[in-house]
Amino acid sequence: MTTVLPSRSAGTAPGHAAALPVSFRGLRRTFGTGSTAHTVLRDVTFDVAAGEVLAILGPSGCGKSTLLRAAAGLDSPSAGSVVIAGSPVQGIDSRCAFAFQEPRLLPWHTLQANIAIGLPTGCSASEGKAKVARLLELVGLERFAKHRPREVSGGMAQRASLARALARNPGVLLLDEPFGALDALTRIRMQDLLLDIHTVEPATVLLVTHDVDEALQLADRIIVLGNDDANGPGATIVRTVEVPGGRPRDRADAVLAQLRVSLLQTLGVDGH
Amino acid sequence: MNQPGETFPTSTSVADARAAAATATTADAAQAGATEAPAPARGWSPAGVRSRDWARLPLGLIIPAALLAAWQLASASGLFTVVQLPPPVMVLEAAGELLERGELGTHIAISTQRVLIGFLVGAALGLVLGATVGLSKVADALLAPTIGALRAVPSLAWVPLLILWMKIGEDSKVTLIIIGAFFPVFTTVSLALRHVDRNLVEAARAFGLKGVRLLTTVQLPAVVPAVFSGLRLALAQAWLFLVAAELIASSMGLGFLLIDSQNNGRTDRLLLAIVMLAVIGKATDALLGLAEKWAVKRWA
Repeated sequence: MTTVLPSRSAGTAPGHAAALPVSFRGLRRTFGTGSTAHTVLRDVTFDVAAGEVLAILGPSGCGKSTLLRAAAGLDSPSAGSVVIAGSPVQGIDSRCAFAFQEPRLLPWHTLQANIAIGLPTGCSASEGKAKVARLLELVGLERFAKHRPREVSGGMAQRASLARALARNPGVLLLDEPFGALDALTRIRMQDLLLDIHTVEPATVLLVTHDVDEALQLADRIIVLGNDDANGPGATIVRTVEVPGGRPRDRADAVLAQLRVSLLQTLGVDGH
Repeated sequence: MNQPGETFPTSTSVADARAAAATATTADAAQAGATEAPAPARGWSPAGVRSRDWARLPLGLIIPAALLAAWQLASASGLFTVVQLPPPVMVLEAAGELLERGELGTHIAISTQRVLIGFLVGAALGLVLGATVGLSKVADALLAPTIGALRAVPSLAWVPLLILWMKIGEDSKVTLIIIGAFFPVFTTVSLALRHVDRNLVEAARAFGLKGVRLLTTVQLPAVVPAVFSGLRLALAQAWLFLVAAELIASSMGLGFLLIDSQNNGRTDRLLLAIVMLAVIGKATDALLGLAEKWAVKRWA
């Protein structure tokens, strides 16, 4: 058995950013104004420790993505704020990197060039080239560096998208259902890959998912968003769960199975 | 600070991870191969394009050859008088005669020059203004109504004004062609830029791209195919407006050859001018089509 040492030396390569803590403070997001106003999120307050993997679960349309977009600075909250390492997010935040549900690669660029788009500004050409080569290897795409996105499978494109996010040396990695559109087998492979990547590039990870198993497999902690109608419209945190045990976890573990049933109940699905 | 090894004691080593990734790669590659295998048949491989083009060329010549034969038959059968429809040989002789005197070359050169200058300037203006209106909501609100109204003016309505302002010379003709070439490019570019995949733009913004870099990295490449269809429309318009300008007032050019031949009853030269317009117009369009093919392959 080899050790994780080589990976750690890769992780501390020059230009690598450390994982950063994230705080959501009283976040609220209302779309529209007046009679058409529609509150999606309210009173969302939680902290994520540096290097933690946090899964955000919830039914579709409950504002999971909105939460993530607020952290990236792609969307600005109606009230409250997101604070990364002590300073609030204002506009596109260079400390975050985003991977979307779809790969969203530029079709006219090679995978290599697409990953290079993630490189932080001020990165020298030779540094950038080395970093992209290392990331291609990390996600197992070194043989496909010169391929266009349409020439590779969905899983490979999604890996390139993940590599593009990592190219930014993110302190916070924001993943918006990144494996949601993949087939079941590819999804499991990608989950394993994400854990490996997290070992090599230990960013704080916020993972939005609607897949309870995925959350249980990957996260240190799970928060569940949902409506508690008592306190007004919009989703808020209805449950927080610490997931026991180190990773990788046994997919057939009995404790996790119980937790799965209980989480599904919280999400309103009974009888599993 | 968290050390990866401490926070996440996993039994998976990176070597294992690489191995796992490698197997995934081959599996994915097989998958990719399966879905992409028919791609060359769809014609994006250079070899495929070339072989298809060779088959297209003779096929495309069938109808022109048939037309030529019908023309020859119609004029030889006495169905039309020589003044109404001279046979192809007479048109060829007219071409030889004008070539010898150097007039045909001059007519073609001046017409081509007018079209090229007008097309280049008009297309460049259309590109710049189209990009401005397509990208900026303020520019759209400010300029779109005016440009829309100007577009509604039938282009020949400008002719008297242009002649009054610029006299009968190169300026008025080239300006009319500029107007003709401007609108197709302006319209296609501004519309296409407004419909660039929002997801791609958002992804690029999330990675810190903005302003000129966002424009050159995402928005312009995304509209390249639309720009080329606009350019081809503009080139066709440029030839159209050239003939209009030369018919109205000129002393040189293919349009002048048309009106001059009509006045002198030289149907052979008239037909020659029409054939020349068809051949040169098609040739310039084909050149642009080649550039388009290359660009679409590169950017789409």
